[in-house]
Amino acid sequence: MAQLECRDLCLGYDGREIVHQLNFAVSAGDYLAVLGENGAGKSTLMRTILGLRAPMSGEVLFGDGVTRNEIGYLPQQTVVQKDFPASVREIVLSGFEGQSGLYPFRTKEQKKTADRIMEKVGLGQLKRRCYRELSGGQQQRVLLARALCATRKLLLLDEPVTGLDPRMTAELYDLIGELNAGGTTVIMISHDVEAAVRYADRILHIGPVCWFGTPAGYLASEVGRPFAERMLRSDASNGAEGRR
Amino acid sequence: MSFAETLALYFSRSFVWNALIVGTLVSLCSSLLGVTLVLKRLSFIGDGLSHVAFGAMAIAAVLKLTNEMPLTLIVTILAAVLLLGLGRNAKISGDAAVAMISVGALAIGYLIMNLFSKSANLSGDVCATLFGSTSILTLTNTEVWLSAALSVLVIAAFVLFYNKIFALTFDEEFADATGVKASAYNLAVAVIIAVIIVLAMNLVGSLLISALVIFPALSAMRIFRSFRSVTVCAAVLSVLCTVLGILVSILGGTPVGSTIVAVDIAAFALCSIAGKLTGGVGK
Repeated sequence: MAQLECRDLCLGYDGREIVHQLNFAVSAGDYLAVLGENGAGKSTLMRTILGLRAPMSGEVLFGDGVTRNEIGYLPQQTVVQKDFPASVREIVLSGFEGQSGLYPFRTKEQKKTADRIMEKVGLGQLKRRCYRELSGGQQQRVLLARALCATRKLLLLDEPVTGLDPRMTAELYDLIGELNAGGTTVIMISHDVEAAVRYADRILHIGPVCWFGTPAGYLASEVGRPFAERMLRSDASNGAEGRR
Repeated sequence: MSFAETLALYFSRSFVWNALIVGTLVSLCSSLLGVTLVLKRLSFIGDGLSHVAFGAMAIAAVLKLTNEMPLTLIVTILAAVLLLGLGRNAKISGDAAVAMISVGALAIGYLIMNLFSKSANLSGDVCATLFGSTSILTLTNTEVWLSAALSVLVIAAFVLFYNKIFALTFDEEFADATGVKASAYNLAVAVIIAVIIVLAMNLVGSLLISALVIFPALSAMRIFRSFRSVTVCAAVLSVLCTVLGILVSILGGTPVGSTIVAVDIAAFALCSIAGKLTGGVGK
């Protein structure tokens, strides 16, 4: 049984369908990259999986010991209010809130786990720092650590490297790869085809025609090849402009 | 009579103690949720709800209820649930809804008081309700006990829900996605805010309540950088300012509510300067 399965899922808003009858499954330990044009419905898919919105039709099923509340979610980098006072530790610990139920305080176990996770993602020295004073890459690590507190089973990442410089991007991809190697299932929305093909072992392409399979198959497919070529070309030209 | 003797004389009166007890508890309550309200861009909710409370008080006065608080409390809670709980999906956006309810309740309240009140000093009554004037110094024992009990409930609820409140304030969507019942907690917060507003009306009157809610939070945010230290600092600051304000107003014969707010403003100025000088405290 898969951890997550979408059956005949139709997504859209205001009665307009943007994704038609999507079918795919994610098993324990998979690393799935979700690709597609802007506005193709990638974030809508993610919000539907998280239960933040209802699908137009079809269903999202959880299994293999995973329930909807056991998804660690890394939202697309949102601009946190400039004056929000919160320490790294406070934010990471807030990842436990969903499991705590009505118990009002943090358990010793939770604090220990949070400390271990913060060490793992390289935040050991920054625990007491104020979140908004960190760099973009460090902030993403904080949110990743929070997601890991929510669960170790299934991570949902929405464009995790947006706005990061190449070095921080590589570090974050390595970290996500390590977590995946440790058994955490990863679903990552991305517009970085190159990284998706390199790191993931499953590709889901969202658009008028959806495609689901291995990276090698994706690059050879009629959906994937033209998209990948176009994205890589535009990346290359962007890079050239950046260097000039 | 020396300064100390005047003070001793006042402290021998129970009404001064009543004022200080209720003042401390109410300012503690109002500052606790202030941090969340400021960060969620809901600073004006206090204003809106206090005007609703004013309207409800006017009705209670006209109905000649001996204790106005229960009716005021119920009406204000309903308004809070409407604004915070259901407001999200409403056709009228948040700030417009608050403004609408706020001025509407104010106008209707004054109208009702004018039409039905037999009081000889109508404008005095209205002024007292709006600016609090002396009501904190004329509390009955029942009111003191009711205020104390409600304050303790609010503080207990805040302590028990503190972690949830932080999670929801920082990132409501994440909390919702990982299994926190966001709508239920929003509802609880709405009820707590309404209770605080009604409590604070005795202290500073309905026009000045927002000051009690937002000033301590904003002052604390100038200096501190973590949610917990900001919350603790806001609570301490709020209580200090209120006690100082009450004492000054008793000694100087100034109106209680506006004196407290003036002290809060001074504290904000001091905290701003301190924050600039130190660059903020990490923890």
